[in-house]
Amino acid sequence: MAKIEKYIPIVGQPIIDDLKLIAEKLKGKSIQHINSTSVGGGVAEILNKMVPLMIDLNVDTRWDVIKGGEKYFDITKKFHNALHGKQEDITKDEFDIFMETSRKNMEEITNYSDIVFVHDPQPIVLINKKTNNKWIWRCHVDVSNPDKKVWKFLMDFIPKYNAAVFSAPSYSQQNFPIRQFLIAPSIDPLSDKNKELPQGYIDSVLTKYGIIKDKPMVTQISRFDRLNDPVGVIDAYIEKKKYIDCQLILAGGTAADDPEGIKVFEEVKEKAAKDKDIHILLLSHSDLEVNALQRASTIIIQKSLKEGFGLTVSEALWKSKPVVASNVGGIPLQITHKHSGLLCHSIDGAAFAIKQLLNSPEYAKKLGENGREHIKNNYLITRHLKDYLLLFISLYHSEDIVYL
Amino acid sequence: MSEIKNAQEPFRFYTRLHLTELTGLKAANLEQLVELIKNVPGSSIYHHTHKFLQQHQYLSPEPPNDFAYWVTEILGEDDLGERLASVDTIQFTTIRSLREKIMLTIEDYIKEKPSVKNRFANINDEFHFVKSISFILPTNYYAYNLKEFAEVLRKITIDSIYFHIFEARLRLEKGINDFSNWVENSIEDKELAKKISKLDPYTYTLDALRKKLIEIIEKKAGY
Repeated sequence: MAKIEKYIPIVGQPIIDDLKLIAEKLKGKSIQHINSTSVGGGVAEILNKMVPLMIDLNVDTRWDVIKGGEKYFDITKKFHNALHGKQEDITKDEFDIFMETSRKNMEEITNYSDIVFVHDPQPIVLINKKTNNKWIWRCHVDVSNPDKKVWKFLMDFIPKYNAAVFSAPSYSQQNFPIRQFLIAPSIDPLSDKNKELPQGYIDSVLTKYGIIKDKPMVTQISRFDRLNDPVGVIDAYIEKKKYIDCQLILAGGTAADDPEGIKVFEEVKEKAAKDKDIHILLLSHSDLEVNALQRASTIIIQKSLKEGFGLTVSEALWKSKPVVASNVGGIPLQITHKHSGLLCHSIDGAAFAIKQLLNSPEYAKKLGENGREHIKNNYLITRHLKDYLLLFISLYHSEDIVYL
Repeated sequence: MSEIKNAQEPFRFYTRLHLTELTGLKAANLEQLVELIKNVPGSSIYHHTHKFLQQHQYLSPEPPNDFAYWVTEILGEDDLGERLASVDTIQFTTIRSLREKIMLTIEDYIKEKPSVKNRFANINDEFHFVKSISFILPTNYYAYNLKEFAEVLRKITIDSIYFHIFEARLRLEKGINDFSNWVENSIEDKELAKKISKLDPYTYTLDALRKKLIEIIEKKAGY
């Protein structure tokens, strides 16, 4: 069971005291999270951390998961892609299946809490069970440019909620019928991906993958897909390698059901074969190794073409690493250009920034230190928890200044 | 060692926590920006002139407000960015007057350089207006004299210092920060109250401000 006290050495006693003060204000209120899966990354990963911490703070919290068959989840995957702006052909039959499964879930899930917190589009129809309690819709998806048909469908349900939550300002909607809040995701400093590691373990990971310890390491950790632009990263590396000797590490996984991802991985391998200092590492579910690679790196890159929030940036900054990342999605929230990292818009821009940081280690160090402070103050799970508790309280107040 | 003077009324420390609410309003050029600055709620102006301070509390010297940052980094208008960053927030006792100053600064610049109206931000780089919802809670910390006051200052969150110094003065329109008010009226030390109110908190990081306050109080009280 996660204990809030374990975060005191990281964020300090006063932050935990504040969380306890807010939690007290929720005495007598019950919270019910609903999403579509209890396992894996994304929402389930957040809730697996968040729910026990809320309970530890004496907030009456529980978590329900909706059910659905393979067909239903294929359709919701299409919804997900369409909300990201991808063209998806969703038939009337598929909308009907979605509604039918939703109706079954409405029968199975009890509406018993003061506040119902629905995550993502899959359980969105459950709002039809609303009585006089409060409902929140948490959208974890980038909906800055959604497919109109799917968005219109969801808008049959969204106005019935009391509030919606988005992860970045660019996802907010003009003339939205309900209050919309900005709550960014977070990283857990105590997780395998982020906790402190012994140098011996870090060195063993480098040895395992044939990476030289005393040559600068430029690293991108991300899935091998087009949107993370691994080919562009190699181009940027080749560009600046003319001037500085260093290694490039591209590490991540591919989804077995993603033929495009496998194609990208092959392209990357082919391009990397010409240079012995490029290391392509296929990692799956090895959070400790990812942590070790990030900690061993000189610079971390995240050259995404499109991004949700881009938490790999927070992970790198938390390790005080100088970061070069694209100015897309939630990345500019994590990096203030020239203060806590460098933002770029192109391969040339990335190459220039890498060169600048490798040649100016003092500047790079300062950016990394600022970055860690920024993450400590804004993107750790304790801030996320605070925002959720305040969000619940805000449902009972419409004013901009709330005295508790 | 000086004699410890107890206050008539203890100082109760509060904290202020904030949640960000989205307005859905965005600007792509200076004309749109100034039009929205005129019309958004005061809590949005407050957010964009103070967010930097809290989110980037480690940065020194003083980081710019959001408007200055956007105008400089996105529109590339360094001259206007400098003018906006130089808006001396400490001189304003209401959000209304601060809002007017920012509007006038941008409008004057557009008059001087009308071509700037044609400069648009890219689709990912627009200025998104958001606002701060403040939650003000009493903490369990009290101080009956300056010694206790300095001790609590060491322990409380920067959110608490932020509330008593920035939010009370400007957003709640008290005109003076809470610390000076208590020192003057309950400790009856006008000189120390004046010293605290003369500090320009906008030129310190929040932790540096905490240290400075403790230093002034301890020096004055002779501990």
